Amino acid sequence: MSDPSASSVAEPHFYSTHEHHPENGTLLGFWLYLMSDCLIFACLFAVYAVLGRSYAGGPAGAELFDLSTVAVNTSLLLLSSITYGFAMLQMQRGRLRPTLVWLGITGCLGAGFIFFELREFAHLIADGAGPQRSAFLSSFFTLVGTHGLHVTFGIVWLVTLMVQLGKHGLIAENQRRLTCLSMFWHFLDVVWIGVFSFVYLMGVLS
Amino acid sequence: MRAQSEHDSHAAHGSAHSGSLKDYLTGFVLAVVLTAIPFWFVMGKSFSSSTTTAAVILGFAAVQMVVHMVYFLHMNTKSEGGWTLLALLFTVMLVVIALSGSLWVMYHLDHNMMPASMHGMHDMRNMP
Repeated sequence: MSDPSASSVAEPHFYSTHEHHPENGTLLGFWLYLMSDCLIFACLFAVYAVLGRSYAGGPAGAELFDLSTVAVNTSLLLLSSITYGFAMLQMQRGRLRPTLVWLGITGCLGAGFIFFELREFAHLIADGAGPQRSAFLSSFFTLVGTHGLHVTFGIVWLVTLMVQLGKHGLIAENQRRLTCLSMFWHFLDVVWIGVFSFVYLMGVLS
Repeated sequence: MRAQSEHDSHAAHGSAHSGSLKDYLTGFVLAVVLTAIPFWFVMGKSFSSSTTTAAVILGFAAVQMVVHMVYFLHMNTKSEGGWTLLALLFTVMLVVIALSGSLWVMYHLDHNMMPASMHGMHDMRNMP
């Protein structure tokens, strides 16, 4: 310790400098968040799978579900996925205005999805098929409602980002935020595939 | 060579979560087809057996989820040094355990409890 040159040479390393470290951990962290969100939906799907046939003498899915509304909702969400993709492509080219336009279209499609879903919920509740009617309807409203809530917050996030883009332009921070939201948005579309297949299409069958 | 590929993965890092126009269009066309077919099956009542239809619907849903993962979420073995794929595989494993386990346990619970308790009630009713 008395030799100053020795201490500078033997500087301890508590981490490996040769390991691959991503320069930006945000995207990986956000992906991990999405995976945990995926587990929430998996639990809700499991609940629906168990309770989905417990009608308590009430209406079944085959009497309640209107497949044409579901088809409209599915196409709205699918279209919003590709328009968000177009927004990302414009972002990469550094074109602010087209990015904002595509984001706006995406937001409108998402809002349309929420509109049709709320209309369906209102019809169900008006027909006496609210969440308190049977275990089937409780699990249905919880699962589909949680997805709808995610989409709603996605739209809030989208509007926030559009304001930030308008204020600061396509800076690196905003690009990162847009990438996170794109993952969130496409992830919700993946969950919706499960919802329309497992809940609606299979619910109409029996 | 190795250094070059490492450099490429670093350079591509920023665009790891973004695809090309061709990716998005391919994914969109595939997704539309994979959505339309099960809807058409159910609305047109193509199969007489609902079990067959259910299996076909689930099959199409699984394929479409993979399509969305690859073309929209840009999943591949390279992004974030493979960590996203590892996290995804782990999550899929947990999801499979949660779903199949719940269904299995609850099916057996129904199977063992419901008829047995009915039986029990019948037995009790027949008891002197």
